[in-house]
Amino acid sequence: MIEKNEGVRSIVIFSGDLDRLMAGINIAIAAVSMGLPVNMYFTFWGLNALRKENFNTKGYGLFEKLMAIMMPAGPKKLTLSKLNMGGLGTWMMKKQMKIKQITMLPELIKMAQEAGVRFIGCQMTMNMMGIKRDALIDGLHFTGVAGYLGEAEKSHFNLFI
Amino acid sequence: MADSQIDAIGLQCPMPIARISADIKKLESGQTVEVKADDPAFEEDVRAFCRVSGNNLEQIEEIDGIYTAIIKKC
Repeated sequence: MIEKNEGVRSIVIFSGDLDRLMAGINIAIAAVSMGLPVNMYFTFWGLNALRKENFNTKGYGLFEKLMAIMMPAGPKKLTLSKLNMGGLGTWMMKKQMKIKQITMLPELIKMAQEAGVRFIGCQMTMNMMGIKRDALIDGLHFTGVAGYLGEAEKSHFNLFI
Repeated sequence: MADSQIDAIGLQCPMPIARISADIKKLESGQTVEVKADDPAFEEDVRAFCRVSGNNLEQIEEIDGIYTAIIKKC
């Protein structure tokens, strides 16, 4: 291994668009495969990709319940940033992805976690949107912006998606 | 004959690289893995993979759109 493999690579996922998520996670998978440690920070709409599909919001307040219903729950519910056309475009693209053996987002997330990408949730966004830790998939870490900056300072690259 | 074989034909970027990485972890230093892939960007990718991960690209050839690479674990 060469020297530059010290320190992490930081990817901030702000967007909750299917295409942007796929790009970010594919970069992360390739990076860890090449021996480069990766931290992925999920904030704002990006957190929706990490939500459990059928989470019971019992005990949540009205605002939190509404947010939980209005936002896409989990990677299967995300749509393309372009050409979505009320879901038709996303449906067509997913069909093409199957035909062309492109790995789908839910599997990509699983693969990335298994390959050692550190998934980190933004605690502030979660507080704001009323997303509790148990509403998200397992194996996550949580931090604030200072925690992200502390690692990003040592990063060789830093992407904001 | 390589110590390990990977058939990555039909797989899209970055999965051939992810497969190589997973395989190479199981090998001892000095052992080799042979990879077949048809991703048109595979040659560039596998060269970068070897350079960054510190492994040795022993051989790469392309016949009719199928790349065959031999990587030695360092």
